[in-house]
Amino acid sequence: MNEQNQSLETLQDIKRIMERSSRFISLSGLSGIAAGICALVGAYFARQTLNNYYIAFRNDGYRAPAFRELENSLIVIALAVLAAALVTAFFFTWRKAKQDQQPVWNSTSRRLTVNMLIPLVSGGIFILTMLQYNEWRFVAPASLIFYGMALIHASKYTVTDIRYLGYCEIIIGLLNTQWVGKGLYFWALGFGVLHIIYGVIMWVKYERN
Amino acid sequence: MKNPITGLNKIFDNRIRLGVMSILMVNEEISFNDLKQMLEVTDGNLATHLVNLEENGYIKVHKGFIGRKTNTTYSITKAGEKAFADHISALEQMIRGMK
Repeated sequence: MNEQNQSLETLQDIKRIMERSSRFISLSGLSGIAAGICALVGAYFARQTLNNYYIAFRNDGYRAPAFRELENSLIVIALAVLAAALVTAFFFTWRKAKQDQQPVWNSTSRRLTVNMLIPLVSGGIFILTMLQYNEWRFVAPASLIFYGMALIHASKYTVTDIRYLGYCEIIIGLLNTQWVGKGLYFWALGFGVLHIIYGVIMWVKYERN
Repeated sequence: MKNPITGLNKIFDNRIRLGVMSILMVNEEISFNDLKQMLEVTDGNLATHLVNLEENGYIKVHKGFIGRKTNTTYSITKAGEKAFADHISALEQMIRGMK
């Protein structure tokens, strides 16, 4: 009986070390919640900016400077959201890695970052080229779809649950293509609400003691 | 090398050597520093066990450079994979056999 237990323990040790050495598991659910809140705040400001533009549009008609200003404000909001989401997401994951006594930057997190960035950067460049041709309609669907694919690709290198978040992002992105005028709402749903739901589930599942 | 009674590989009796093999089974190539970090061992201790595994033909050593710093990486050999798989089967046998 004793030897049997010992063998079982050894096998469990092996399994644990294989997991720990090939996946970055310190990804915190709080990171998801924080990123989701940043996205919702950003979407709110974007909505305000668009409302202001449309009020001016109704009064004065189309004016090139006003439209350019709208474009610039939206890009600034998008970049601010991206920066805030990255910083807060990184903070909570860094904190969790410290609690787990794991280094935040090791071979597993390096591999996760690289594999996440490949679809993400391709998507980013693709969206920028759409903007280059004044194609605004598919910015939100494309960002959701590419982000979903990045998550699915990354799921091999971190907690596997992230794959389901990826599937949902892709579905929302594809649905968005049928209501292209409502991009901002789909975007808020995909990047805001979904992140918060995912973050809460992850937190309850792995972190709540 | 094998214990005739249990079929377990004596080389893998040691926690660190078993850890190194487990890591190399799921990582194509891994550096000395990453191994050290994952197994939480000292340089000297890890080096001794790595030499042992290399001498048994279970792992391969690649010496490279990143800038001027040496970067030694390790990977598993075919013989190493087989020995590890056999060891796992022996562990399974022990669990099953004593029901």
